[in-house]
Amino acid sequence: MTIKTLAASVAAAAFLASPALAEVDFSGKTIEWVIPFSETGGSAKWANFFAPLLAEELPGSPTVVVKFMPGAGSTKGANWFQEQEYDDGTLIFGTSGSTQFPYLLDDPRVRYEYSDWVPVMASGTGGVAYLNPKDGEKFDGSANALKDTAFIYGSQGATRLDLVPLLAWEMLGMNVEPVFGIKGRGDGRLMFERGEATIDYQTSSAYLGASADLVAQGKAVPMMTWGALDDAGNIVRDPTFPDIPTFKEVCEATDGCETSGEAWDAWKGFFVAGFPVQKIAFLPAGTPDDVAKAYSDAFDAVRNRPDFPEIATKRVGKYEVFVGENAKKATEAGTSVSPEAKAFVKNWLQDSYGVSLK
Amino acid sequence: MDVFATALPALGQAWALILQPEVLGYLVLGVVMGLAVGVFPGLGGIAGLSLLLPFMFGMDPVLGLALMVGMVAVVPTSDTFASVLMGIPGSSASQATVLDGFPLAKKGQAARALSAAFTSSLFGGLVGAAFLTLFIIVARPLVLAFGLPEMLMISILGLSMVAVLAGRVALKGLAAAGLGMLIGTIGEADAGGSLRMATYDIPYLTDGLKLVIVGLGIFAIPEIVSLLRQDRSIAKDAKLGAGWGAGVKDWVANKWLSVRCSLIGVVVGVIPGLGGSVVDWIAYGHAVQTTKDKSQFGKGEIRGVIGPESSNNAKEGGGLVPTLLFGIPGSGSMAIFIGAIALLGSGDIEVGPSMLRDNLDITYSIVWLLALANVVGTLLCIAASGGIAKLTTIRFTYLAPFLFMLISFAAFQSGQNFEDILALFAIGLIGIFLRRFDWSRPAFLIGFVLSNPVEKFSNQAFQIASFRFRNSFEAGMDYIFSPIVIVLLVITVVSVVLGLRQAKSIMAEGDVKSGSKRAPMVFLLLIMAYVVAALINANMIPDYNMTDKIVPLVIGGITLAALLILLVQMILRPETDAVFADKELAGEDADAPYGLWGTLAWFLGLIVATYFLGFILALLGFLVSFLRIRAQTPWLKTLILTAAGIALMCVMAGALNRDFPPGLLQGVTDLPWPLN
Repeated sequence: MTIKTLAASVAAAAFLASPALAEVDFSGKTIEWVIPFSETGGSAKWANFFAPLLAEELPGSPTVVVKFMPGAGSTKGANWFQEQEYDDGTLIFGTSGSTQFPYLLDDPRVRYEYSDWVPVMASGTGGVAYLNPKDGEKFDGSANALKDTAFIYGSQGATRLDLVPLLAWEMLGMNVEPVFGIKGRGDGRLMFERGEATIDYQTSSAYLGASADLVAQGKAVPMMTWGALDDAGNIVRDPTFPDIPTFKEVCEATDGCETSGEAWDAWKGFFVAGFPVQKIAFLPAGTPDDVAKAYSDAFDAVRNRPDFPEIATKRVGKYEVFVGENAKKATEAGTSVSPEAKAFVKNWLQDSYGVSLK
Repeated sequence: MDVFATALPALGQAWALILQPEVLGYLVLGVVMGLAVGVFPGLGGIAGLSLLLPFMFGMDPVLGLALMVGMVAVVPTSDTFASVLMGIPGSSASQATVLDGFPLAKKGQAARALSAAFTSSLFGGLVGAAFLTLFIIVARPLVLAFGLPEMLMISILGLSMVAVLAGRVALKGLAAAGLGMLIGTIGEADAGGSLRMATYDIPYLTDGLKLVIVGLGIFAIPEIVSLLRQDRSIAKDAKLGAGWGAGVKDWVANKWLSVRCSLIGVVVGVIPGLGGSVVDWIAYGHAVQTTKDKSQFGKGEIRGVIGPESSNNAKEGGGLVPTLLFGIPGSGSMAIFIGAIALLGSGDIEVGPSMLRDNLDITYSIVWLLALANVVGTLLCIAASGGIAKLTTIRFTYLAPFLFMLISFAAFQSGQNFEDILALFAIGLIGIFLRRFDWSRPAFLIGFVLSNPVEKFSNQAFQIASFRFRNSFEAGMDYIFSPIVIVLLVITVVSVVLGLRQAKSIMAEGDVKSGSKRAPMVFLLLIMAYVVAALINANMIPDYNMTDKIVPLVIGGITLAALLILLVQMILRPETDAVFADKELAGEDADAPYGLWGTLAWFLGLIVATYFLGFILALLGFLVSFLRIRAQTPWLKTLILTAAGIALMCVMAGALNRDFPPGLLQGVTDLPWPLN
């Protein structure tokens, strides 16, 4: 979002909010923010970061507590949330890419429907892929010289967020063998540091926190980012890493890799669901507009705090926080892929990794 | 020398940061909160830290750290209460403590066992901190030397402790461990996502069973049921023997064991990815192997308490290394710890590779806050141990309903599902029969705990090794047989050989008599049926997901072979043979005034009532009827005890912001808290 649209939306929000705000009041109430993951994951970090800030900005300054409902890769919590009805606005639910992917891939456990819910805030992240120094020397902005090397990658599973890097590398014609079953991207980085894995990727905050150090010491060479979306939905350079080319650029420079066609559309669809719109805060189905408005205004106030860029960079990365209409649009972009893209990815998962989601 | 030139001033700064009255005050506050949370089994550090999180935002870093470290540090200390007094393994750190700690409590030596355990914990914590002060600056290359083959070998070394704990009939121990491993594979496989002995129609099973539930089911339920049947106090004759002073003396007599086990704890704790699950078993095995007279293990050998307790607090220190240096949490509570550190101050302390460079003073503060918290926590615990040990003299029938209440609540907290309580009951049944027929319960638990690491590391190491072998034979061999692997391999072989020789004298379940063929044989056939079902189920996984089926197939195959040999032995041997051990024939269980099923029915009643009415209403009915009917308590006392129990639950759940299991009633009506 540009500064101008941001300013416009703030102004619009302030203008529209004033009459509605008077009616919604949470004083003395406790708001439960349910996260369908365990206390230890990235979504917990995200919710714990926003919860105290949100509490300050909501009308009546209620207490906001984060509750965890892990299970079945977040589908358990999402199925639970599907059953909840609007009561008094004291329930929020937070999803992540791991909730979106099973939904997009028609996982049999999914009994939730994103379009029923009311999004009030969405935020994203980016990702950076990097190579070991030896193969990094062969990287010249295209993957042409990397096609004969066999790479090893510590992966959490082909149906998770790792789908995005794995598909990208395959489109570049690279031979990357995933070693499945690691528990988090931190374990993947450790595998890379030990020399057991030879290629890796991290989300932006993890890259800044640890992998950038490896790059500085010459132990890793950045290859590409997944990019970021501009207002028109085009992939542009990631603002956090303006010096690293995007996958789109690398693909264009690499023989045999196309930035159009069904493979590209599929990759882009899942990239949008997994990165720029990774985490979304929802209110349950049937939430009245004034309550939803109170929430998105509160999130709007949070992201406009003068110290927000500084504290957010450390905790959740320097990425867009969408509220109100934009959160709705972002959610639509992040929770829908074309039937062709879906079919392509399902086929690819079946052919390459023997995964069938039935 | 360069290293010391930066480390020494940082160490000095760290002490200057810590030694302020305000910081120490927060530390003590954290310790007290940690103790309060830690004495309840199954809650532990994660619940406590989550409770603190909201206060961390923008807090002064050193104060926040003092509060959190104080809490984290004492959980492995305070969960010793439950392990020793009730035989309940409060967390993975105190599994091995149960083996000898609880028998000591039964002998009326609870205070001795507790104070020996606490002194060992204190010492372990201090050794861990001292070691880390030097080690943390040079740790990085060493940690990186532990690749997948090395981690696999450590897991196998842990698994080899089954040999020591296998009991009189080694094959039964092996089969028990195999069964534990198979049960550990239930659910969605990590690697390919295939389902093992689970279906998407029962989502609960796809996540696999949680350690808390298996630990409670295997150790706590059989003991609670057995004691309740005998209708006596935990300490025989309701007398307390040796006091807390004796425990401290025991520690002094075994200080070198404590030193060695502390070092084991800190070294194994340093390796990321293993967490604490193997440490206490390796320490226990070491304690057994270095003791001349092994006959008392499993019956109340104080060295069996000192070993694991020295290692588990040292492990917490070791676990800081991957957490702080690599930003990779060694345990669930460490993961929250990392998240919380980012909330502190202006958020400029970043856990990860830059921590040592930019925040060495903070790093040292954490290490020594941990040590100080250990000191404070231990002193508090020792002071309390004499009084709390008196619990073991109370008639157990008064304790049992509250224990059922606590373990149901704890089990529910692990996954927030009603199925958690059902799973607890099912695993409890397995535990009861493993105990009755003298199949090693520790072996089962070791198998369960190490099932996932063994499967994960062997699959991943295999994939990477085969990749290296494709490059060249030499590269592959270098990878698999690194010097560390070879050393660990030798230790493992030695410990298996010694262990098997010693296992016969270590009778974890006491001297169990044999007599009848039918019941032990039926149990064997039931286990066999499950193993065969698991094998068929694993074999149905398509071959392209070989990583998901190979481990269940191999483990299941070995277990089945052991069971078949046992079956042949059962057919051939006379009914007095040790293979037919059965606790219901002679001894405490056989002489108990109450039957197994009648006693178990009470617990089942609580579960069924919870399903319909929700936990709190069910608990109300359960406590009143149990105390009135089974314990024959007068009405007034019944009501007071019931109110106290329900109040305790409400305070705990309220303070920790936890839910109670809801029932069908809650689905159709809208009740106020805590009834909802």
